[in-house]
Amino acid sequence: MGKMYAELIRMRFLTMLAYRVNYYSGIIIYAINIGAYYFLWGAIYGGQQQMAGLSAGQMTAYVAIAWMSRAFYFNNIDQEIAQEVRDGRVAIEMIRPYNYLSVKTAQALGEGIFRMLFFAIPGMILISFLIPFHFPASLQAWGLYLLSLLFAFVINTEINLLTGVITFFLFRNEGMMRSKRVVVDLLSGLILPISFFPGWAQTVMGFLPFQAINYYPSVIFTGAVSEARALQMIALQIVWVLVILIPITVLWQQARRKMIVQGG
Amino acid sequence: MIKIQNLQKEFRIHQARSGLAGAFRDLFRREYKTVKAVDDVSFEVAEGEIFALIGENGAGKSTTIKMMTGILTPSGGEMQINGYVPYKQREEYVRSIGVVFGQRSQLWWDLSPLESFRLLRSVYKVDELQGQRWLERLIEELDIGSFVSQPVRKLSLGQRMRCEIAASLIHKPKLLFLDEPTVGLDVLVKQKIREFLRNLNETENMTILLTTHDVSDIEALCKRVLVMDKGKLIFDGQLHDLKETWGNGTEVVFQFKQRTTIEQLQAALAELPCELLRENEYAIRVRIVQNHEMLPYVLSTVMTAFEVSDVKIMETSTEEIVRNIYSAPVEVSHYG
Repeated sequence: MGKMYAELIRMRFLTMLAYRVNYYSGIIIYAINIGAYYFLWGAIYGGQQQMAGLSAGQMTAYVAIAWMSRAFYFNNIDQEIAQEVRDGRVAIEMIRPYNYLSVKTAQALGEGIFRMLFFAIPGMILISFLIPFHFPASLQAWGLYLLSLLFAFVINTEINLLTGVITFFLFRNEGMMRSKRVVVDLLSGLILPISFFPGWAQTVMGFLPFQAINYYPSVIFTGAVSEARALQMIALQIVWVLVILIPITVLWQQARRKMIVQGG
Repeated sequence: MIKIQNLQKEFRIHQARSGLAGAFRDLFRREYKTVKAVDDVSFEVAEGEIFALIGENGAGKSTTIKMMTGILTPSGGEMQINGYVPYKQREEYVRSIGVVFGQRSQLWWDLSPLESFRLLRSVYKVDELQGQRWLERLIEELDIGSFVSQPVRKLSLGQRMRCEIAASLIHKPKLLFLDEPTVGLDVLVKQKIREFLRNLNETENMTILLTTHDVSDIEALCKRVLVMDKGKLIFDGQLHDLKETWGNGTEVVFQFKQRTTIEQLQAALAELPCELLRENEYAIRVRIVQNHEMLPYVLSTVMTAFEVSDVKIMETSTEEIVRNIYSAPVEVSHYG
């Protein structure tokens, strides 16, 4: 079984490599985003030492790492599922002796590892030359970050699976997928760290899974939270991983029963 | 091997109301119509058979195949294939089948077929050594060796289709489904594929189910034919029974050395139940209605009575039979 998933990850790797232009333009887009946010936050801080619990240096690191984390956890498998449902290719997936959703997750992981190795790591090295940047000091801090990044990937992928599976019922849900994308980017703390939101909004977001996708790993990376708080964040991530699994399982069983294959 | 009883599949189709007001009303309450795509279909298939499922577009063939491959859940009826209930034990069941959908690719578009084969081998947990030998045989017999390492998007349809067939057979399934495998292919490729399938059936005793619009596929491969129309199975039997029931009998065209009228020929053939049609001044078409033993008699009678320069014997093509079936009202018949 493990071998099959390893092969799937490898295939996705090769597919990503097949499109070089996509790859290069991806690097440029990430570089522009990080650069823009770096200068924007520089202007906002304007000499202030600290805002919402983050120093200017930590903020820089936060912006850079938030985008780099996104390179790993981000994927479009919801749109892939939607596409496969719409043009009927899902039929091919159903004649394979595997679970469709696990396979999609493995493919997403292949994509994530690809982006991490070929975008994020070279990008980080490049950025550390240009802007003052602090990497976590201890191996332990690195470990906590990577662990929380992995869970961030799982949660984001689960949300994508959920919106993807809804296509089985609605047939067209681009609107939902697009708004999900904006919501995830905004509420996960990619655009604005969660600690910058007003108090009531932070309370609401405490009940939502989105900050576990980006804010937790990024803030762990910057060292702005204690180790105990970091562990607590990871525990919360695990809770979310399990909670979101429930609606996915229910919806998937429903979808299997009422599946219609479009065209032919 | 395949046992299907009273299989049914119903779809609920949304009926859009017309006009702007109708579209607005659709927002709140939709009207649905229930359509029976497959209606009470039963048949059994033994191991090692090659059989064809034919019917017009929308007759329910594809829906039947999709239920048989575990993709769709039937609305009613029972089904057991290779000892499994497809929609209940999907993951175990699909290991024993191979499927080719002529209209959709199962290969990775951006990668070479070899990469797809490699992935499929790990998906089906194929034994390394045996798998390699089997794959080599597939590559050789389908003659795809020269392009298996090119990206799929650069292959021609004929090349791709042969790779699709190889991909569906990677795990040496006991049962192979081919849903319109020869659509849009040229004659040579078609022939190659048919030869390959026949060989596979003979050497591996593989059961093969074919749906097609191409009648020559059926003639080349199948003994048994199932015909579907409007969701119902309207014929299940041998190909030659199909010809007997739905065919127009045999036709013979005589080319005479001298001008011959229909009346002269009619006089010679006397009471035989034949239909005579004039082709041109020297040629007459004789249609013998559904009786093979009459053919030698007609031939010898005409040839002794007249000077004949040429004889052409024409059996009704399966194509014509199919056309006859499609245009005839539904009538249930079981043979064989």
